[in-house]
Amino acid sequence: MTAKVITITSGKGGVGKTTAVANLAVALALEGSKVVCIDGDIGLRNLDVILGLENRIVYDVVDVIEGRCRLKQAMIRDKKLPELYLIPAAQTRDKNAISASEMIRLVKDLRSECDFVLIDSPAGIERGFRNAIAGADRVLVVTNPEISAVRDADRVIGILESEEKGPAALILNRLNPALVKSKDMLSPEDVLDLLAIELIGIVPEDENVIIASNRGAPVAYEPKSRAGQAFRNIAKRLRGETVPFLDLDAQSGLWNRLQRLTGRK
Amino acid sequence: MEETRALVQIKGLRDGLLASLDDASWEEQRAALLAQVDDNPAFFHGARLALEVASQILHVNELVELRDQLSERNIFLWAVVGESPTTEQTAQLLGLATRISKPRPEEIRQVRVEDLGEETALFLNRTLRSGTRVEFSGHVIVLGDVNPGAEIVAEGNVLVWGKLRGAVHAGSNGDRTAVVCALDLSPTRLQIADETTTLSLDPQRTSNPETARINEHGKLQLEIWSPDR
Repeated sequence: MTAKVITITSGKGGVGKTTAVANLAVALALEGSKVVCIDGDIGLRNLDVILGLENRIVYDVVDVIEGRCRLKQAMIRDKKLPELYLIPAAQTRDKNAISASEMIRLVKDLRSECDFVLIDSPAGIERGFRNAIAGADRVLVVTNPEISAVRDADRVIGILESEEKGPAALILNRLNPALVKSKDMLSPEDVLDLLAIELIGIVPEDENVIIASNRGAPVAYEPKSRAGQAFRNIAKRLRGETVPFLDLDAQSGLWNRLQRLTGRK
Repeated sequence: MEETRALVQIKGLRDGLLASLDDASWEEQRAALLAQVDDNPAFFHGARLALEVASQILHVNELVELRDQLSERNIFLWAVVGESPTTEQTAQLLGLATRISKPRPEEIRQVRVEDLGEETALFLNRTLRSGTRVEFSGHVIVLGDVNPGAEIVAEGNVLVWGKLRGAVHAGSNGDRTAVVCALDLSPTRLQIADETTTLSLDPQRTSNPETARINEHGKLQLEIWSPDR
């Protein structure tokens, strides 16, 4: 096996990087891929919480790099999916605990172990971000349909271009089709007009995401969730399948129906 | 040891030091430079350092690493001069100068710019994204967009074959005849010579090719380009 190494980053914080990593990892594992996620947000770890693996942590990524444990010992196996592993971040250290070359070496060791390595990048464009993208074959940039998030994504894409990290692909997260329709939110077209990169998925706003994250069971498990479906589609695209985009109009049709039913329209 | 030293030439500039690196791998160059510094910390302490890297291609992480290592030694890296466009872009991303403002007499590129006078233009065949700053002593032509957060400062005119949504300053040395034109002129900040305007971005505004210039009353004015004229 030679894994594809994919880093998920954004520039701005709070746009859903960690949620995207957790959901893509689950969705890829559901498709039968062997997946290892690395939490690159050293000092502010939370991928473990979202995956519901917090209480299983013994060793973390810094322990691996500093040689206190073997790689396999730091790989926590998921409760439900035997092909999904997490290498958690250290909580008591900071971004300077690892370097880009150590990250590249770690990723190299993982390549033969699995099909996908997903790296969760911290927010910002400083050292933690540099470490997270150092070993990546491909970078996914997550943004929200908000001007500030899109500006930061643009900056990050510029840095990725200058680092020759190949063309980044975009995940547009938390899109609310009703707000787009009433022109109160940037549309996917507005975002792509500025960023001009490949779109790999649009994830609609869905309160199930928050509920699922708090429960430690990502929404990608839920067959009925639209956001879950969107993440499963992105996972399929990462595996090389061609999947049509979710029909957002159909969804706003559903929204309209719901609003009519509840007497809001 | 002597061999590695020869990789680095240190010269004094009017306002700091210039380190010129000979052809070698970046690791060797970096090690040689740091060895030179560590050899004589008192001399380098608090220095403003410009780096001349010839054709070396530097990426952001490499330059960041060096900048951090230098700042640990109390040396301020302010400029990186190189021939590679990648290196230049990297330096710009990090907010470093890419030209030394007081050019040495043998700087060929500078001489040529003066010889050609106002005919000189910098042609950029790409989109300038947020965080990019382009500064040039002639005209600047962009085949692509200029995104919000990007900045162009030109002594001459600025022409953007695309959407201009960043900050732009034409005629930066005081030339009030300079113009800015773009297929879609919606900059966050527009300045010609010392006249500044900030346009409120109206998303409903139809995008037309427009030219901005200083009119006979000394005010900045936008004109929509029409094919009939």
